[in-house]
Amino acid sequence: MTRFTRRDTLQLGLGALAGSTMLGSRALLAEVPVKSVPVPNWPIEKGASLRVLRPSKFVAADEEWFLKNTEKFTAETGVPVKVEFESWEDLRPKTAVAANVGSGPDVIVGWSDDPFQYADKLHDMTDLATYLGEKYGGWWPLAEKYGIKNGRWISIPFGAAGGRIVYRKSWIEQAGYSDVPQDLDGFLDLCRKLKQIGHPAGFALGNAVGDANAWCYWLLWAHGGAVVDENDRVILDSKETVEALKYGKALYETFIPGTESWLDPANNKAFLAGQISLTQNGISIYFAALNSNDPNVRALADDIYHARMPIGPVGFPTERCLVVNCMVFKYTPYPNAAKHYIRFMMEREQYDTFLTKCIGYWNHPLKAYDESDVWKTDPKVTPYQHVMADSLWDGYKGSLGPASQAVLADFVVVQMVAAVCTGQLSPEEAAREAAKRAKRYYRS
Amino acid sequence: MASRSEASLWQGRQENWLVRLFDWKPFLIVMCMLPAVGLLLVFLTYPLGLGIWLAFTDTRIGRAGEFVGLLNYELLETDRIFWMSVGNTILYTVVATIGKFGLGLWLALLLNRHLPFKSFLRAIILVPWIVPTVLSAIAFWWIYDPQFSIVSYVLVDVLGLRETYINFLGDPWNARWSLIAANIWRGIPFVAICLLAGLQTISPSLYEAALLDGATPWQRFRYITFPMLLPILAVVLTFSVLFTFTDFQLVYAITRGGPVNSTHLMATLAFQRAIPGGQLGEGSAIAVAMIPFLVFATIFSYFALARRKWQQGEGND
Repeated sequence: MTRFTRRDTLQLGLGALAGSTMLGSRALLAEVPVKSVPVPNWPIEKGASLRVLRPSKFVAADEEWFLKNTEKFTAETGVPVKVEFESWEDLRPKTAVAANVGSGPDVIVGWSDDPFQYADKLHDMTDLATYLGEKYGGWWPLAEKYGIKNGRWISIPFGAAGGRIVYRKSWIEQAGYSDVPQDLDGFLDLCRKLKQIGHPAGFALGNAVGDANAWCYWLLWAHGGAVVDENDRVILDSKETVEALKYGKALYETFIPGTESWLDPANNKAFLAGQISLTQNGISIYFAALNSNDPNVRALADDIYHARMPIGPVGFPTERCLVVNCMVFKYTPYPNAAKHYIRFMMEREQYDTFLTKCIGYWNHPLKAYDESDVWKTDPKVTPYQHVMADSLWDGYKGSLGPASQAVLADFVVVQMVAAVCTGQLSPEEAAREAAKRAKRYYRS
Repeated sequence: MASRSEASLWQGRQENWLVRLFDWKPFLIVMCMLPAVGLLLVFLTYPLGLGIWLAFTDTRIGRAGEFVGLLNYELLETDRIFWMSVGNTILYTVVATIGKFGLGLWLALLLNRHLPFKSFLRAIILVPWIVPTVLSAIAFWWIYDPQFSIVSYVLVDVLGLRETYINFLGDPWNARWSLIAANIWRGIPFVAICLLAGLQTISPSLYEAALLDGATPWQRFRYITFPMLLPILAVVLTFSVLFTFTDFQLVYAITRGGPVNSTHLMATLAFQRAIPGGQLGEGSAIAVAMIPFLVFATIFSYFALARRKWQQGEGND
């Protein structure tokens, strides 16, 4: 599978920019370019009702607007829909149970590579994906990576949450920088200076599903390391990995103490409390500050800026993102209603509002939504625009599947980085041990 | 050539065969035990058996496995994290149990005295035990937070005894001791209330006799309270060891096994590998590996402390 290059993204971005300047003043609803494609005719089953399972919200608007759009669907089609929000940790086991038992929610908005584990139990989504792709300018390659198995669509990528650098502008300036440097040496220097002025950075190193995986994989990939090669052979024990770990250790020395035990909410809390100046996170910190009732926290929002993670020796961005995919299992008695529901939620009238209200927390898998207002009204949100355009997938450079998933869930890479940072193992030992652990999952 | 009376008798028997069946003792025993046996089979034997079977397969979530013999155990044998979790579990169980018993016994002895508001105090000390574990775990999670810990705040900002905040959960040994402290806090009420019940059954006349003989408080504890308490101590100890050994919620909610796996117990590691990791076979193997430890702990605490004759003062064999 080819990677999506930065240049393609840039061209698209420039195109979008040119488009927006030419249009001048814009209507409230963004002009997301739409091709006229007839809505496929899937007759909704008689007496259909749907149960939908999806991950719980991290920003309030996520739940609010997901439900509002769902209500709209019910109003238009008469199909009652019940949405269940599941905690991030429990979503995967619940999906597994539904898949194995052969009964459960009709639509599961599940984690990244889950569709690949249950591919033979899923309804074919090719017609829906083709319709959406044609109408909305095509899918980003990452969406295709997550949606297509053996030439057929097994799920509809609904969106992705990505991590970017979240920083306090005033403290970065105090440290002598105007922006976050986009090279590794500059970035390390910035973090060192931030520590000197008493406003250190902090990245999660505990078993944090979202945050720790996000920056540890970035670190590994930025230096040219990877867990496996294109043929799923484990190549983690490499000199690139050792280089990554050495850099990670140097970076760790600039962190606030205690990051070894940080779980997902920890950096949000520390950032909003003014304990750290820089971290990697989704847009949720900015969102929380913007919507806070506390005037002090609200005032923070003006000082919060975002930036891309620096680019390492590999020469292209290496961020990871968390993709969610809509799956329709074969056990559902209402596959057509389920497909219409997914289609409805992805149509401009609903999806664009959803994106905009979540101010960039979710990122779009369909290229046309690059033109959405959400990426234009607030420049601070722009660094999140291309999460799905140029992030790498779990199990890069290999394939998606149970092994890539198990390595991720067992925190093999996070613990490799954490073991070196805390001085428990040398970079060489840590790489060797992590490779051994990875091989167990990739053995069969 | 059956006579008429014989025929009617036979008919009567036929009509009442159901009654007779229910009068038949072996049948009645089987019928009465069936619900209990059924429940045990369905909810205890089957899951346990399935767990043991899975431990010898390479089952993953979403994919049936094949029998692989001892492969899972061979992999675990060279797995540093597994052995660390075994060590952690033993340390956690031993230290937490000693702590719970020391403090629980002390608390029971205090509560056994005549205190004002005795019932109220007894009810109050149960609170740590009746609060759902996850809630108390979240409270401890905040207490141990690296940036917002109340303990660090008091020590650093109020009293000025320390320069830096304590890294409760970031350092392996700090994290282990923090979890053990949380477990002790949670476990004390159970031990204290059980032992208090035991203390109440000791006849006051024994203490009166000892007082007349001029026994010191220590002697009264050593030769009356302690031996009389041993039977209940054995039972409580067994339960406490089992609960502590299989603890999951506290560790999972507070550290999730971190930092760098240094606080994984066998139960959390089994869950981590089996459910989020999807390796049901390997997770089951870890869970099954707990069984010998549990059997040993049970036998030890039961036989070491529950020697009837000794308790009842009939010789010392």
